[in-house]
Amino acid sequence: MSTVAYITARGLFGRRRVLLLLPLPLLLVGLALICRAYDVDPNQWGQAVVVGLGLAVVLPVISLIVGTGVLGSEVDDGTIVHILTKPLPRRDIILAKLLVAAGVSAVASAVPLFVAGILADSVKFGLALAVAAAAGAVAYSALFLLLSLVTRRPVLLGLVYILVWEGLLGRWVSGTRVLSIEQYVITIADKIAPTGMLDGKVSLPVSLVMAVVFIIGGTLFAINRLGSFSVAGETS
Amino acid sequence: MSVVELENVSRWYGNVVAVNDISMTLQPGVTGLLGPNGAGKTTVLHMMAGFLSPSRGTVTIDGSPTWRNPGIYRQLGLVAEKEAVHGFLTARQFVVACAKMQKLPDPAAAATRALELVEMTSAQDRRIETFSKGMRQRTRVAAALVHEPQVLLLDEPFNGMDPRQRMHMMELLHKLGDEGHTILFSSHILEEVEQLSGLVQVIVAGRLAASGDYRRIRRLMTNRPHVFAVQSSDDRKLAVALIGEKSVNGVEIEAGGLTVRASDYGSFTRALPRIALGEGIRLRRLLPSDESLESVFSYLLEA
Repeated sequence: MSTVAYITARGLFGRRRVLLLLPLPLLLVGLALICRAYDVDPNQWGQAVVVGLGLAVVLPVISLIVGTGVLGSEVDDGTIVHILTKPLPRRDIILAKLLVAAGVSAVASAVPLFVAGILADSVKFGLALAVAAAAGAVAYSALFLLLSLVTRRPVLLGLVYILVWEGLLGRWVSGTRVLSIEQYVITIADKIAPTGMLDGKVSLPVSLVMAVVFIIGGTLFAINRLGSFSVAGETS
Repeated sequence: MSVVELENVSRWYGNVVAVNDISMTLQPGVTGLLGPNGAGKTTVLHMMAGFLSPSRGTVTIDGSPTWRNPGIYRQLGLVAEKEAVHGFLTARQFVVACAKMQKLPDPAAAATRALELVEMTSAQDRRIETFSKGMRQRTRVAAALVHEPQVLLLDEPFNGMDPRQRMHMMELLHKLGDEGHTILFSSHILEEVEQLSGLVQVIVAGRLAASGDYRRIRRLMTNRPHVFAVQSSDDRKLAVALIGEKSVNGVEIEAGGLTVRASDYGSFTRALPRIALGEGIRLRRLLPSDESLESVFSYLLEA
């Protein structure tokens, strides 16, 4: 499992797409710093920066880049065959990939959110955002890892989930929030450090249970899909 | 010693039948999987390697199914046609990683041995992305051999190799075959198959057209006259005598000797020395001239 994780991490940081992880966290921290430097009241910018940018964009987009990168790019270029032709339980391969994806996404999104939280309110708020973002990163990673195995266009489908399901439907159709990882993250952070900036629309038990459902369900489904991975489109 | 077995295997994609009711058994030794482009070679190899489920039938290695059974990779090595490798690793890192994923007791030693086998020791510390096509191919072969698998499947293994590397790879596969490994390699280049193996599995349009030693397959094609080149002390006299023989369909007298078309391989080869002896003619050369894999293959395609 550690060798798979090692190859995955080397592959992730060896590709140019890793550079895509930098701009969004920098933008988040930069905006928070500017607002703080100009002494703007956090009540005016906190929600827009922390929720509108941090939780609705930075966390899911970073998780999407990383989550589809750890397996989807290997499926695309065919290098996955070198890992699959080993007597490794498919569970170990998926868990190694998930570990790397969740770890990198959690660090890349929790750190800037922690800093933005401190600048907007307090260390406690920053910690709450970091913990919730880490949990969200695991759930998003499980979902996007699964998408790499069920579709040839995981990035497109992931963007549809983030922008249409969570961003659009989540705002106007209340029922869709039960299947929105962003809402679980907001609720978890709000329960740890209640502020006026966060407005959880899903209860904590639902958030925790559904996050676990995303993580375990997505992982089990991905293990099953990898077990029957077919090399498609080469019929010569 | 491992045996790969396909039993009544078919594979279709929607309405397209890629492989149609194929049964074959691969014994230890080197076997060539031959067929024109689009015949279904890669589909058969992928099913053997556990990367495709047969729509019907079973594919097994020593009785264990290959589909959804990662355990078979302890005894199976695959060199796929697609050249993708983790280019950011050095050849050594890549082969060591493969040895570790095989859970070998001494991955470093196994990697050293495998890299030596394919003559990649001198370039082992270079990143794979800097390699030529042939070097990448050899690195992939080293990775497939690192756990000394009993069964080795290679899809177009000589692609991109220069003649010297090709020769070396052929020697290596010969050696492994002689040691009792079961090796199947696909190719559409007849010379490669001819040089490497007498045993072939010929697939044409998704069906198994022939299986076994190609020279023996040729002899079983009784509807095609067998062509022999004959040289003797008196070609013209021999031609006259041969035309009276029942198994001979025709004789051509050419500058370098006779070209004889015989309907029956066995009857002709038994009759020729008798006739020559009776006529007092000395035979200098007798060569079956259409027993090359190329003629067998073209006969099968035409059939």
